[in-house]
Amino acid sequence: MNDPTPLPLIRLDAVWKSYGERDARVDALAGVSFSMERGEFVAITGPSGSGKSTAMNIIGCLDTPTAGNYRFLDLDAGRLDRNRRAALRNAHIGFVFQGYNLLPRTTALENVELPLIYRGVPPRERRERSADALQQVGLQGREHHAPMELSGGQQQRVAIARALVSAPTLLVADEPTGNLDTKRSREIMDLLIMLNRERGMSILLVTHEAEIAACAGREIRFHDGRIADDRRQTEAR
Amino acid sequence: MLAQSFLLAFRSVARNKLRSFLTLLGMIIGVAAVNAMLTIGGGAREQVRSQISALGSDLLVVWAGYRNDRGVYTPEKVPPLRIEHALHLKRRLGGAATVAALASKAGRAAFGPNSVEVTLNGVTEDYMRLRNWSIAAGRELTPTEVNSGAGVCIIGETVQKTLFGTESALGARIRLGALACTVVGLLREKGSSFRGREDDAVFLPLETFQTRIAGNRKVESILVSAGAAAQAVRVKARAEEALRESRRIAPDGRDDFVVDDMAELLAFASETIGMFTAFLGAIAGISLLVGGIGIMNVMLVSVAERTREIGIRMAIGARKADILLQFLVEALVLALLGGVVGIGFGLLVAWAAAPLIDIPFAPRLASILFVAGLSMLIGIAFGFFPALRGSRLDPIEALRHE
Repeated sequence: MNDPTPLPLIRLDAVWKSYGERDARVDALAGVSFSMERGEFVAITGPSGSGKSTAMNIIGCLDTPTAGNYRFLDLDAGRLDRNRRAALRNAHIGFVFQGYNLLPRTTALENVELPLIYRGVPPRERRERSADALQQVGLQGREHHAPMELSGGQQQRVAIARALVSAPTLLVADEPTGNLDTKRSREIMDLLIMLNRERGMSILLVTHEAEIAACAGREIRFHDGRIADDRRQTEAR
Repeated sequence: MLAQSFLLAFRSVARNKLRSFLTLLGMIIGVAAVNAMLTIGGGAREQVRSQISALGSDLLVVWAGYRNDRGVYTPEKVPPLRIEHALHLKRRLGGAATVAALASKAGRAAFGPNSVEVTLNGVTEDYMRLRNWSIAAGRELTPTEVNSGAGVCIIGETVQKTLFGTESALGARIRLGALACTVVGLLREKGSSFRGREDDAVFLPLETFQTRIAGNRKVESILVSAGAAAQAVRVKARAEEALRESRRIAPDGRDDFVVDDMAELLAFASETIGMFTAFLGAIAGISLLVGGIGIMNVMLVSVAERTREIGIRMAIGARKADILLQFLVEALVLALLGGVVGIGFGLLVAWAAAPLIDIPFAPRLASILFVAGLSMLIGIAFGFFPALRGSRLDPIEALRHE
């Protein structure tokens, strides 16, 4: 990391994502370009159908662009095959979803262990790191609860612990507060802000709520598959 | 990773108890059927093997008659065998082979008020040894007795029990029709062979049998021991040559005698039973196939149900191979569980059936391992397609599921 000009964390260059052919073609993304530095907290906003989910899938390496370049650090992430993208996700990206997406009938601890299993971390270390991650999100003592036995806010904390346990380079959060009431939403956002400010975690947040987006240091607003506005917020959140 | 897959698989199987049980049932029935068939077939083969070796597996048996085109012996009107043929064989084969002659007929033996149906066997001195009879008490027949037509006999276990109960028959004089003869030996129990129960036998010198009981000079069969089963083919050729001489068959004439080789018979019988076992096993294998289809079905359901789980796993870094392995192992666990229970159940069926069809219960490790391997193969073969389907899901689609 002693590059004279450090690489951006991610860089999108005229990224297109199109579905269908010819007359039936729909462009979910129509030439999107932006980059994000390490340690940034970026909110992607926009109405539904604006392309923000598609952008998140490409940035999260779940999907690839139809045209254009997507680089993740020094990797040509837009052109990696499935298995390489899986490895990249496992090593660098932590996901937090709107619907928590925890495995049912599996304890909180086991859910958090999951990314480490695919990374081949030995069981003992896996358990220690997972318990540690749960503690960081304030869920010590809930290790052996199944998701069903936890509240929505607690489930989302488990999901965040799962995203954090592999020490990712980028945390991708897709409407993380969508299923929560105002109070729990605030708690989750406080947790994300803390992670960004105190631990330098790079966070990409997708949301349609202005109030949530305001927590981020930068807001990129999508409209019809293009970036309509890219604005840094300087005032206190 | 593999250990983790097994853990997950066991959990998944345990979670859907009824579904797993029904799937296992199909597998169990298939595996049990195959294993029972193989075990019963193995028992039948063991049965034939022990019967033929009770007869003496290095034996050649000479009969009078023609062999037809299919190699089957047909007792037509041909000159009977006589003791001279046996003596000529003995001369021509020399010391390497042992030759014995037999003539027999059904009759009654009586002692005091007791009498019993017996098989009367006129034999030369080596006959009992060639047929693996052993003497429990007393002695064998001597060459002198055989040649002189002495009034002595050796009796089988059944005869002894019926006529004498628990008392010793040695030295007693029993009546065989008009003939009275002294019991000089008692035979050890032999059990049954494919000739039926043999312990009702009474052996007496051939000469005595021919003159005092049969009233003719006929010999029913001549036994030749080749010394070792490996020698049988060579000895057989020489025996046939000697018999053609003594029975005056022209060089281009048709043999009016048959030489059966017990080793050949054993091989033929084993092969026949082996083929039959394979055939039955293959039919039972159809039910195993149905069991496999059951696994495929339940795995397809399992993959469909867990689409979202697959999506989550992919999002956090599971590769295609990880998902494939997870579901393949689950199918394998189902197949192996079914296989283990099915093998046990099949052994139980074979064990219960053995006495009913009068064969020994002879399970073989090799066939059990074969069946275990087969169930693993079924699990992998039928689990592969559902697992592949799961591994090919698009993570975004899978996450959106439900």
